[in-house]
This record gives sequence, C-alpha cells and structure tokens, in this order.
Amino acid sequence: MAAKHSASHPYIPNSVPTIRQQLLDEIGAPSVEALFATIPDELRLKRRLDLPEPLVSEQALRAHVEDLLARNATCRQNLNFLGAGCYQHYVPAVCDEINGRGEFLTAYAGEPYEDHGRFQALFEYASMMGELLEMDVVNVPTYDGLQATATALRMACRMTGRRQVLLAGTIGRDRLSMIRNYCQPDIEAQLLPFDPVRGTVDLAELESRLSGATAAVYFENPSYLGFLEGGAPEIAVLAHRAGAECVVCVDPISLGVLAPPSAYGADIVCGDLQPLGMHMQFGGGHAGFIATRDEERYVRQFPSRLFGVTPTRVPGEFGFGDVAYERTSFALREQGKEWVGTASALWGITAGVYMALMGPQGFAEIGESILQRSRYASREVNRIHGVRSPALDSPFFKEFVVNFDGTGKTVAQINAGLLERGIFGGKDLTAEFADLGQSALFCVTEVHNRADIDRLAATLEEVVR
Amino acid sequence: MSDDIRDARKTDGRPHVRRFHQARWDEPVLFELSTPGARGLLLPETEAEVADGAGDVWGSIPDSLRRRRPPRLPEMSQVHVVRHYFRLSQENLGADLNIDVGQGTCTMKHNPKVNEQLARSPGMTELHPLQDESTVQGILEIYYRMEQLLKEISGLDRFTFQPGAGSQAIYTCACIVRAFHASRGEAARRNEVVTTIFSHPSDAACARTAGFKVITLYPEANGLPAIEAVKAAVSERTAALFITNPEDTGIFNPRIAEFVQVVHEAGGLCFYDQANANGLLGITRAREAGFDMCHFNLHKTFGTPHGSGGPGVGAAGCTSALERFLPLPTVEREGDRYRLDYDRPDSIGKVRSFLGVAPAILKAYAWVMSLGADGLREVAETAVLNNNYLLHEVLKIPGVAAPYAEGMRRLEQVRYSWKALCEDTGVTTDDIGLRAADFGVHYWHSHHPFIVPEPMTLEPTESYSKADLDEYAAILREVADEARNQPETLRTAPHNSPVHRVVDTRYFEDPEMWAVTWRAYLRKHGGEG
Repeated sequence: MAAKHSASHPYIPNSVPTIRQQLLDEIGAPSVEALFATIPDELRLKRRLDLPEPLVSEQALRAHVEDLLARNATCRQNLNFLGAGCYQHYVPAVCDEINGRGEFLTAYAGEPYEDHGRFQALFEYASMMGELLEMDVVNVPTYDGLQATATALRMACRMTGRRQVLLAGTIGRDRLSMIRNYCQPDIEAQLLPFDPVRGTVDLAELESRLSGATAAVYFENPSYLGFLEGGAPEIAVLAHRAGAECVVCVDPISLGVLAPPSAYGADIVCGDLQPLGMHMQFGGGHAGFIATRDEERYVRQFPSRLFGVTPTRVPGEFGFGDVAYERTSFALREQGKEWVGTASALWGITAGVYMALMGPQGFAEIGESILQRSRYASREVNRIHGVRSPALDSPFFKEFVVNFDGTGKTVAQINAGLLERGIFGGKDLTAEFADLGQSALFCVTEVHNRADIDRLAATLEEVVR
Repeated sequence: MSDDIRDARKTDGRPHVRRFHQARWDEPVLFELSTPGARGLLLPETEAEVADGAGDVWGSIPDSLRRRRPPRLPEMSQVHVVRHYFRLSQENLGADLNIDVGQGTCTMKHNPKVNEQLARSPGMTELHPLQDESTVQGILEIYYRMEQLLKEISGLDRFTFQPGAGSQAIYTCACIVRAFHASRGEAARRNEVVTTIFSHPSDAACARTAGFKVITLYPEANGLPAIEAVKAAVSERTAALFITNPEDTGIFNPRIAEFVQVVHEAGGLCFYDQANANGLLGITRAREAGFDMCHFNLHKTFGTPHGSGGPGVGAAGCTSALERFLPLPTVEREGDRYRLDYDRPDSIGKVRSFLGVAPAILKAYAWVMSLGADGLREVAETAVLNNNYLLHEVLKIPGVAAPYAEGMRRLEQVRYSWKALCEDTGVTTDDIGLRAADFGVHYWHSHHPFIVPEPMTLEPTESYSKADLDEYAAILREVADEARNQPETLRTAPHNSPVHRVVDTRYFEDPEMWAVTWRAYLRKHGGEG
C-alpha cells in the first residue's frame, strides 16, 4: 500500500486535526472560523490566496531555491574587484560558526539574564570597537553605515542646535541620498567642493563656508573613492573653531595601520561593520556603528541601545543592561531620539568574533597587506597604455580610481570585456562623478594574490586594446 | 517542587514545570582572557613581488594618519575564541531552545534550518550587490517572486525590501507620505500623523523623525480608540494615519475601514503596521481595509530568524498611486530577465545600502513556498487558536486578567495584567518575568508607557504545541503561587540564569558610573574588577 502523505505541516505542530479539535473543545469554540468573528465580513478575504503551489517536501524546496541561486555568478567563480561600500574580505570560519549558533541566531529581545550571552557578546563587540577607534562609547549596531552616518549628523545637529552640515564632496551618492532623505526637513546638507587632482576637501572653501549655522563637518577616511583625507587634522580644527562637530566615517579594517579618527580630532565616528567577518550577501551583511567620547552630552543623543556593564547582587559577577534607556523611543515614543528597533545585532556579535580572532597583530598585518596589494594593483594597471591609476593623486587604502580616458573606451565597454573573461571590474563612476571622466573604482583586499592582480592587468590590457 | 525528577516530567499526561538551570560559566569578559602573543587567525603573507612592486606603502601615508600604537584588542588563540563564544551562546536563550511564547509582539516561530543552509550557500553569500545584472538573475528573481507573493498576501501593488527591519519600513512609509504631500504642494500644511498608544512606539517615533507632529489616540473601555476620536484628531493638517491592527492587545479593530475612510476624506494617507499579521494571513488584508501602505516584518511573520536583534527585513508595500515614491532601485521583470530600475525621479531615494538584507528575503521566500496558500492560512488559524487556548488556560490562574473586550476572542496575542496579583502580593510584572526565566522561558511585559497595569504580553505562534502551551501556563501558575507563598523568591529572581539580579541601577543612569565599553569600565571602576 502506498504511504499516504500526512496533512500536518512540519512547521505547525498543532496542525494535527485531532489536536485542533481538542483545543477547540477546551475553549468552547464551535470552529476555528468562530475565532475570527471580530473581523467584519466585508474585510474578509473570501477566496484562497492566489499563490504558487507549495513545495511541501524540504527536498523539493531545496531543489527549487538551489536552482534559482545557480542562476547567479558569484565572486568565488569570478575574480571580483568591486567594492564601493561592500567588500570581499576573507571571512574566518569561526565567524560563520558563531553566527550560525541557534542560541544567537534565533534569539531576539530577552532580558539581560536569560539572554546574558548576547548582552555580553555585544558589550564585548562595543568594547573591541572602542579599542580600534580609541573611543569609550560605541552603540549596539544600527542598520548599516549609511544609517550610522545619517544618525551621526542628526546627533551633531541636536547637540549644537544648528541645522547645516557640510559634507566632503566625494561622498558616495547612495550615502548622500540617504542623508538627504533622513535629514529632511530639519537639516540642510551642503556638499563641499574637492580638489580635482587629489580628491581631498578644499580647506579654503571649507573655511569660507563654516559659520555659526554649521552643526557638523563630515568626511570619510578612507574616502568613498579610496584616497586618504590628508587634511583631516586641519578639517577638525576648522570645524571646532566654528563650534561644529567633526564627524568621520571610517573603514574599521583599516585601523591596524591608519590612525583612529579620534586621534586627529573627530568627535563622532561612524561606519560599517561588513568588512569585519560578514560575507557580502548581495549587500545583506551590513551593520552600522557610531562612536563618541564618554561625555553625557554625546551619550544622551544616541538613538541606539547602549549596553553597559554592572555588578549584580553576587559579588564580582558582571551583569549587563541598557545605559540611559530614557533617551530612546522604546521609553519615550516620539519624544525619544529618532527611533530604535531591530537592526543588525547578529553582525555586531560576528564583528566581535572577528576582532577577537584578529587581535592587534592581525589588524596590523591585514592593513599592511591591503596597502601593499592595492598599491601593487594600481601600479600594474597604471602600466597599461591609456590607463591612469590612481587617477587621484593621494595615498589610498583598499580602493583607487582608475581612469580610462586615454583608451578611447568607456568603463561600460571595458567592464563588459572583463566580464566576458570572468572578471568583475571596478564600479563605474561616470554617473556619480562625471568630472572624473571614464573612471572606475577598483577594490583590492587580502583575498587578491599576485596571480589575481596580474590577471586583472593582463586582461585589462587585452580589453582596452 | 519535589526532588523526584519524575515530577518534573510529563509522566501522567499533565504538564509539570521542569527543573531547569541555564548554563552558568562565570565567563570573563574577553579582555580578561588575553594572552600576549596568542593568535586567533593567520593571514596569507604578501608575496615578495607584490610587496616590492608596491614600494614603501608606509611612507606614502601622512604622519597624522598613521596609527601610533596598536589597538588594545585581546590576543587569543582560536581555541579560546571558540570556547568563549560557545559559552556565551549557552548563556543565551534562543528560540530554538525554548517555548518562546513569552516575547509577545515578536512573533517568535520556527526558523527552518533548510532556509538557513540555503542562505549560507555561496550562491547567496558570495554575491556583490553591484555585480552586472546578468550575473545576479537568480537573486533578482527571488526578489521579484517574493514581491509577487506579498502583493497577493496584502492586496497592495508594489513592495520594497530595502528597509532592514520593521521600524525602518515604517520610516520609509513616513518618507513616502512626506513625498506624496510634497508632490501636491501640501507638505508644509500636512504635518501631523495620527497613531494609537497600542501601536508600536516606532509608529510614533519614525513619523516624528520624518518631521511630523504625532497625535496619539488612547483606547476606550473596549480597548479600541473611538471613531469619534479619529474624527476629532484629523483635519486639513493630517498627513497620515499610522496604525497597528490588531494592536498589541490582540483585539481586532472592526471599524478599521471607517478609520481609513475618515482619514482619506480629510486628505491623509493610511499606513497599516502589519507587525501583528501572523493571525491575518489569508484572512484579511490591507487592501480590503482601504490602506495605502503597509509593512511586514519578514523576521517575524515570515519565519526568518531574529538574529539577537537583526538583521531582518521590513517589507514596505504601497498602492500603485504611491509606487513612484518607493526607494531606489526597484526590481523589474522584462520577459524572462530581471533588471534594476534606477530611473525613478520621484523616488524618496535610499533608505538602506544596496537592496537590503538579501539572505533574509531568500529565507522568507522559501518559508512561503513551503507553505503555500493553505499553509499560510493554517499558520494564521493555528496562531489564533493557540492564542485563544493559552488565554483560556492563563485566565484560570488567580490574579491575572486580560483587560478590555472581556469574554471576546483575541487574534494572535494578548496583553494581560497581573494587577490583582501584584496588589495582593507586592511583586511586580518584572519580578514575575525574572522568575519565569528560572524555568527556561522568556517573558515580556509591554512597551512603555504601561497603559495596562503590570502587563504581560504573550504571543503563542503556530510553532507551539498544546503541550508547549500547557507547560508555559504551568510555569506562570507556579510563579503566581510563589508570589503568594514565597514572594522573596520572585524578588530575588532569577536564580537559575547565567547571572543574578542587578540591584544598583546607577551603572545605567549615572554618567560617572556607566560603562558602555571595557575601556570605560577600567577607567571608571578599574580598582573594583
């Protein structure tokens, strides 16, 4: 006799018909339908949802999704030089192991007692970020670096009571869009012109624009275009002279070799954690951090949760809990600072694992390695006739602008040629920065070895010819 | 409780409370585990040709941008990193471990392992979001298909998956409201958003962040705001209504369509916060109630894990009239190809990097595809049946009540009140919750402010069996008995958790004492450790 498939869905224990009837009997309801009596008839959907037939067996479901995923071409199958905010770094196995633990993965919002583990892991995450950044206050992660930047700017505006922010002109256009969206209608965001040769902030122009209306000066180090902001200390001095906050976005993986922004005068530091142990995941690995000095006027402006360490009633035991909770929207609804909710905690825990694995030596080594590999790549690419790299005359970290004007080809043509040969070329910058001509932003990390880089150079030479 | 383990097992078909004790490792903070020179990971050395070819990389960096002293990170072997985090994980009560009906409003449900495995395969993890469209057709198709599913489930016309969780989706819809009124020259005048106190705090907070004044409606004796209150609140200044239904009380507002009508007649838009949609799948939709926008939490209703607090996805949907304002880009299908559309001049722009949390979208898609139309309806029916059964069992416990709508059925959750027990015994809902933790479950009171006195919010989704619900009710009964007979046990709880109760709240409130990082702790309390 053929086995008859049961109607009970594996995800729904009480879908067993006899149990359902037992529950109905217990509560004295004639039918499940009767439980929905409060929903008026005119609001009821009087038909079955029109959805595809389900793939009830796990085997069929897996085959279906695997078939869809097989239509992607990955950065493992191809050689990838895309960055521009999402980075291909090596992800240590331990990172995936820890963030795959069901105890963390499926937890949510329990108290600091039965969920002590995630509180401690996130406190430790913040503490290690604090060491990288040399700052004493780091939030439980927000959604991503874009959100962290927009919130950092709003914090600066609330602190100063001013409503204008000046932004380095080489900011990425997605981040700018996010800021403009997020700061409406209270804040005016102005772009600062940049030095066309070096890419850096035009200090004279900054000085002339700063006024008593300026809440913050914002720049990135390394910048969206990869170069280092050489005038960083001067920018901070100018901002402070005008009574403005200096807000700096930083790539945390650079901090084994580059100075933390606090060392050159930054007041609020923000950025994205994705480089620290998260796979790219088509942009799904992002989480944002915000850090400040431990001064009450900063702490009170955070919208995010801040986990603090505390003694318990047992001597010597560490507990954790929310610091200055009364500033949040959880406590005060619309009177709180912006809002707080589910964001990216699992990636915060993962970044903590990454920092613990790397240690000070690991950060120094990876920073140097990226400096070397990216500079080697730029030099190799620069040898190609008609190609100029780096197109901006500043030191850089991880990313650099390559200009193709001398080749007579567009970036789109070149990237199409690279793609045919299994290489994902740099991000086409022509739409974002028309003044840079036919330029692309290439990203080189520790995952790229000499053979990869030489292959890029050789293939580019072939494609631009 | 007796010491005979058989009393803590289901030996006679009746639920008992189990002799739970969580792992307690007294695990030090990572910095205390540091051993100078230890390494957790070794990196590939840079090849000599690359190092030589790169030249003097240090010399190229301006002095002021060079790191002067190494970061004081812990130095640990891989062995100890793994052990530390495994211990911390054991000190954390994931939904996989417990009868997680105590985190009301959070829709804790089973997160299928197959979906996790799929999301962790290289076809998902090793994709860069800026790859050429031709190389990401699979993931774009998943976005497209998931959008079609949610369109049918909500009745609305378009969705974006960019928001990273529910609050960001609410914020996105607040931006759409702003853009809509601006497009009609009414942005300055229409500056008020109406919400309700039992809607999530983010309905108020996100609207405020987007620049709106917030008007909050309070419930009548039946637990719902009166239609007259809505009429009184709306005016030519009304930009929108942001409302949850059912609210966190689990009471469905039967006049919701009238609320919408009143706001529409005043020229406002209506946003349906569908964080509480688990009891509504296939039953009723935003479309039928007349809403212009809604959102779903894929990490709640659609079975993707909560990640200790994200990442999730707040899928925000709207009618075709508002489609042009959605964040950039949208995913479009042309024939059998999928592409990203950035050519949308009226878009509110970006609300999050790239295209949102793609692996969560994949997991939610797989979850719906496992269930189909009948399965989704069964989810809703079972969630509601489970909730009404748990309500029936909990109300047998002396001292607890379910305020509002007495005797009526609830949908997927209930906000209870321990007012009577607390008045009798002097314990608080916090004490009850911390004692519940001793039995291996979560417990949540309510968002602030506590409108319901001494609140408790339970949401037994479709993932729990009758025996599970019986066990949870038995735990509450045990705790309530203790409140009467040995209240000190509650006031000093938890006893079986990884750590004990925090009694000195100055560490959270006093700027001289709080420490959000280890370095701050050492600076302020160095001698105490």
